[in-house]
Amino acid sequence: MSQISPVFKREFLGYFRSPVAYVFLIVFLMASVGLAFFIGGFFKANLASLDSFFVFHPWLFLFLIPAAGMRLWSEEKRTGTIELLFTLPITTLEAVLGKFFAAWAFLTVAILLSFPMVVTVGYLGNPDWGVIASSYLGSILMAGSYLGVCSLTSALTKNQVISFVLSVLACLVLLFLGWSVFNGALHAVLPVWAVDLLANFSFATHFNAFTKGIIYPKDVAFFLSLTGFTLFLNVVALER
Amino acid sequence: MIEVKGLVKHYGSKRAVDGVSFTVNRGDILGFLGPNGAGKSTTMKMITGFLRPDAGTALVDGHDVTDDPVAVKSRVGYLPESAPAYGEMTVEEFLGFIAEIRGFKSSDARHEQVERALGLTQLAPVRTQTIETLSKGYKQRVGFAQALLHNPPVLILDEPTDGLDPNQKNEVRTLIKKLASEKAVVLSTHILEEVEAICTRVIIISQGKVVVDETPAQFRARQPGARLDEIFRSLTTSDT
Ligand SMILES: Nc1ncnc2c1ncn2[C@@H]1O[C@H](COP(=O)(O)OP(=O)(O)OP(=O)(O)O)[C@@H](O)[C@H]1O
Ligand SMILES: [Mg+2]
Repeated sequence: MSQISPVFKREFLGYFRSPVAYVFLIVFLMASVGLAFFIGGFFKANLASLDSFFVFHPWLFLFLIPAAGMRLWSEEKRTGTIELLFTLPITTLEAVLGKFFAAWAFLTVAILLSFPMVVTVGYLGNPDWGVIASSYLGSILMAGSYLGVCSLTSALTKNQVISFVLSVLACLVLLFLGWSVFNGALHAVLPVWAVDLLANFSFATHFNAFTKGIIYPKDVAFFLSLTGFTLFLNVVALER
Repeated sequence: MIEVKGLVKHYGSKRAVDGVSFTVNRGDILGFLGPNGAGKSTTMKMITGFLRPDAGTALVDGHDVTDDPVAVKSRVGYLPESAPAYGEMTVEEFLGFIAEIRGFKSSDARHEQVERALGLTQLAPVRTQTIETLSKGYKQRVGFAQALLHNPPVLILDEPTDGLDPNQKNEVRTLIKKLASEKAVVLSTHILEEVEAICTRVIIISQGKVVVDETPAQFRARQPGARLDEIFRSLTTSDT
């Protein structure tokens, strides 16, 4: 496992060697803050809370995380560096984890760049710091799960466009399972228990409690096990 | 040092490599010849543990590549065809990354290895240039530097002089010859004179099978007075 660190370092610093990373960070920030201001009514609500900011994260991640994750393995396959990487003394698991943690750390940076909003609500009012902290935790955990899915899909193709589309579709399914409108439609065809069961596999369902300041072990376990499972499949896909 | 036993690889229904066996001892420089598409690169990818053979195996220094790929990979320096490298890194950063993953953990040890490799391949003038901006020949040298970096007992070089100018071709040949007394070297090439100049053995493969395995002198003696490419042509049919 000692080989995770050189891969992590190369990948993480690699983001900042290209302008794409800065573009991504800016778009991420503008989109997340913009949604909170213009659609979430951050100011109009006149509350010292970041609810209107976090509520959009599952939707925002649906596009932004595939954009960040699509190149993870596709790029290595396209440029042939995968042949270099996998003839170095490193196991597939170490390579997968090194790249995943680097991308996750990068996304964490993107999420945490919203801290001026925290400062703002702290300055203007008296927010519930516990809720804010748990929302950030939930958001970062959820980002890991989205990223796990994207890392897996990008290992399936050397074409980044295909990788992006596959990632969005896979994440869309996982998100929609918990969306009330979609579940309402499902109720028409499936019994209640089946719909509830399916909703259990949704990002949104498990993210909700975090934004209310409650950290349920089952939600944490969901995100971590989904991440672990997709990374396991990622290793299998690469060793195939 | 290298023992290749009955390697087979299929791509779909095509048999790219069809039961290739040979051994290479310390001090040997094996010239690996064959028409385009004969299966040279595929064989090398299996020896270095990048591709899993459909049948057969390869042993490096007694380690079986199918059982213990990491042990094999740490003993092999491999230059893949067309020398892939992470283009956004500088030459120095890239070699530093290779050194770290090759087990040179302290920055002093890393520095020493990088300097040695830069010196051997005369890359010092471009050390701070990003790899994607290098000319083809320099990229090729970066790939060569990366393969030599940890002073491995086994070198596998897929067309090492491809894209180099005549002076550099000579430099590289001299360098391979100098290093080879301590190592087992396999190199593929389309330049028959190169084989005569540095190789101690010739293997020709055609349509995935070994058709010739002898010394360059024996090879030349097949048709005294004929040009090498004429002998080559009479032994191989064009593959597709
Ligand atoms: N990824 C792949 N998918 C399908 N077929 C492949 C793949 N890689 C190689 N082949 C086929 O396998 C055969 C052997 O290819 P290989 O690259 O080993 O040839 P080579 O001897 O290295 O040729 P060259 O001298 O052109 O480098 C060729 O027919 C090639 O088309
Ligand atoms: Mg080849």
